[in-house]
Amino acid sequence: MTDPIGLNHCLYLGALLFVCGAVCMATKRNAIGVLMGVELVLNGANVNFVAFARFNPAFQMEGQMFALFVIVMAAAEAAVALAIVLNFYNNHMTVDVDTAEELKG
Amino acid sequence: MDINFHTFFFYLIAILTGICAIGVVVTRNIVRSAAWLLFTLAGTAGIFFLLNADFVGATQLLIYVGGTLVLVVFGVMLTAQGPFISMKTGAAEWVISTIVGIVLYSALTYSIFTSSLYFPNPPHADDPADSRNSVKLGMGFLGLGVGPEYHEPSDKVGATPPVRTSYLLPFEIVSVHLLVVLIGAAYLARAKRRRGGAS
Repeated sequence: MTDPIGLNHCLYLGALLFVCGAVCMATKRNAIGVLMGVELVLNGANVNFVAFARFNPAFQMEGQMFALFVIVMAAAEAAVALAIVLNFYNNHMTVDVDTAEELKG
Repeated sequence: MDINFHTFFFYLIAILTGICAIGVVVTRNIVRSAAWLLFTLAGTAGIFFLLNADFVGATQLLIYVGGTLVLVVFGVMLTAQGPFISMKTGAAEWVISTIVGIVLYSALTYSIFTSSLYFPNPPHADDPADSRNSVKLGMGFLGLGVGPEYHEPSDKVGATPPVRTSYLLPFEIVSVHLLVVLIGAAYLARAKRRRGGAS
């Protein structure tokens, strides 16, 4: 508790968020649950970007810039994905991703 | 014994964020999952503040917690009917995905632990009142260089001024991308007119 935090602490947190998001994407059957998993993964990446921006002097501005771009991309992705999910719900009366198999080869 | 409060609050927020992230995964109810996600995103914003990235933290709170999550909650509310609120995942899938998750996290932590990345401790975090983060980020978005200086390798020293990275082009691309996404989402989610007698 008396030492300052290092880069590795932030990377552990980012890895935890990433793994939680990946497991969430794999296990949830609700399409919106899958979307929440994607948000978690993007947040894990963002924690890594900001941590490197803090600890690597050559990456100071880049890390924060990329984090901002990731946040904007996540907002755009959520908007389009929710539009698709609502459309699917209107057509099929379900949000279960296992039933979305019309395009199966 | 003097506690480093920066470290203390980092551990506190990081542990809370991790618990909330695990809560998103393990809860079955999609509404509770959204609530856990809210606390995870807010905790991440706290981590950003502690990492001396106040503008990114504020943006995270405004756009993620205030915008994206409201969108997700609306999606949950519009589709949460009867069986879709808590859809069960099979026990076998749980076991497999838990094992895969633990293995993946072990691999990641092992690679972080054994990596030779080392950076000396950065200078002390700015007082938020004196922070120039938003000024620097705004200059970068406007095309004024803010990155590290980059010298042309073929040039004689001092012949041309050093180039610094700026972010005007990505900013423009993201702007156009947001416009396209806005139109696309409105087109996809529009209320369809029923064709006469077809349905």
